[in-house]
Amino acid sequence: MRHMKINQFSELKETASQTAGPYVHIGLAPKAAGFDIFEKNFTNVLAGSDTQGERIRIEGRVFDGSGTPVRDVLIEIWQANAAGKYNHPADRQEKPLDTTFRGWGRACSDFESGVYTFETIKPGSVIGRNGRPMAPHVNLWIVARGINIGLNTRMYFSDETEANAKDPVLNLIEWEVRRKTLIAQRSEENGQVVYRFDINLQGPEETVFFDI
Amino acid sequence: MPGLLDQFGEFMQRDRSVHPDAYTPGYKTSVLRSPRNALISLQNSLSEITGPQFSPDELGPLDNDLIMNYAKDGLPIGERIVVHGYVLDELGRPVPNALVEVWQANAGGRYRHKKDQYIAPIDPNFGGCGRMLTDQNGYYFYRTIKPGPYPWRNRINDWRPAHIHYAISGDGWAQRLVTQLYFEGDPLIAQCPILQSIDNEEAVRGLIAQLDRSAFIQLDSLAYRFDIVLRGRRATLFENRVQGGGK
Repeated sequence: MRHMKINQFSELKETASQTAGPYVHIGLAPKAAGFDIFEKNFTNVLAGSDTQGERIRIEGRVFDGSGTPVRDVLIEIWQANAAGKYNHPADRQEKPLDTTFRGWGRACSDFESGVYTFETIKPGSVIGRNGRPMAPHVNLWIVARGINIGLNTRMYFSDETEANAKDPVLNLIEWEVRRKTLIAQRSEENGQVVYRFDINLQGPEETVFFDI
Repeated sequence: MPGLLDQFGEFMQRDRSVHPDAYTPGYKTSVLRSPRNALISLQNSLSEITGPQFSPDELGPLDNDLIMNYAKDGLPIGERIVVHGYVLDELGRPVPNALVEVWQANAGGRYRHKKDQYIAPIDPNFGGCGRMLTDQNGYYFYRTIKPGPYPWRNRINDWRPAHIHYAISGDGWAQRLVTQLYFEGDPLIAQCPILQSIDNEEAVRGLIAQLDRSAFIQLDSLAYRFDIVLRGRRATLFENRVQGGGK
C-alpha cells in the first residue's frame, strides 16, 4: 500500500492531524453553517426522554490567549451513563447499560457570544486503572481554526468534592493550582441544573490538557 | 480469550512527531490558540479506550454522494471525482464501522458557510458535506466535485491548496482525529503554512491523495485513493495486574 512499510512487525504511522478550520460547521454541524442537508443531525442533546439520571446543562466559553472568546470552536463530549457505564463493548463493568444513552454529543459555540451548551445527564463514577474509582467526569475534545491537533480535557463537578479529592487523574496533576481548571461550577437557573465550564486555551488560568 | 482482550486493549502512545505542534507561528491563528503548558500524559482508562458507536440507520442514502445530496435543479459544476480508501490502525488492522465525515469548498473554492465572504460564487447545487461508515474491511468511498484552491488572510496572499476536510471517529475516544486531504501534484502544497505546520515529510505525504486510475469510471469520474491510519490498540497480555509506580 502507498507509503506503508510492511514487515513482520508492520507498524504504520498515524495519519497527521490538521486544523479543523473556520468552516468545520459545514461538515459537522451544517445547520450552524446556515443550511439543511442531512435528515438526521448529530447534536448537543445527549439525553432522551427515557434516559436515566439527573438532567444537567453544561455551558461555557472557550477563550484564547488574549481572553477573547473563541467563536468558531467545535466541542465533543464523551461520558458514561448515570450508573457509570460507557455504551461501548470494552466497558465490562457489571453495571446497567442505558440503551437510550449513547454518551456522545457535539456543540458549536455561538458565533456572537461564544457560548456552547450540552443537554445531558450527570455521569456516575467509572472504575479507573488498578480498580481505583474515578470521580464523575465528562471527556471533552476541542477543535477550531488555529488548533492544529484536537485538545483533550476532562470536566469534573464542583459538588463532588470528596470524589474529586480521590480521583486518580486529578491527583496526577502535580501542580495543585491547575486542578481547579477542570472543575465545573454548579448552579441552578429556574430549576435547571447548570454546570459552567470555561476553557482557557492559553494564559495564567490555562486549562489542563491531556495527551491521552 | 486473547482475541477479545486484544480487541479492547489500550491504545499505543501517540507519536507526536508525525503531528503538527500546537504553536506554529507561520499559521498565525495558532499563536493565541495554543497551550503554553505541556500536555499531561494520561495512561488509558475506560474513558479513553471506549468511544461513541454509530449505526447505518442514522445516515441517509445520499450522505456519501456530494454530487447529488444538495442538487436542487441540476448537477453541481466541476470535476467529478470518487474518493476511496481504507481506515486502518497502526498495526494494519481494518477499523470497521468508523464514522468518516468530510466537508469542502465547491469547484471555485467557495464554502457554503455564512462566514465565507470570498468573491467566487456559491454553486446552488452543491452543499459540500458528506459522511459514511467504513465497512468490515475498513473501506469507505464517496463521490464529489474536486474543490478549488482558496485565498485566506494569513499572510496577505496565502492560498490553500485544494483540500477536503476529514473528521474520523474510530472505535475509541483516543483515536478521534481531524485532518485534511490534498491532491497529488498540486503545486500549492509546498507553500501552505497549514501543511508546513507538520515537520515530518513522510507525514505530509500521507495527507496527499493519489490519482487512482484503476478506480476511474469511464466517461464519468476520476478517482483518488486516500487511506487513513488511526492509533492501534496494544495487546493486553496480562490483565488487571498490579502496576509499579502507579498512584
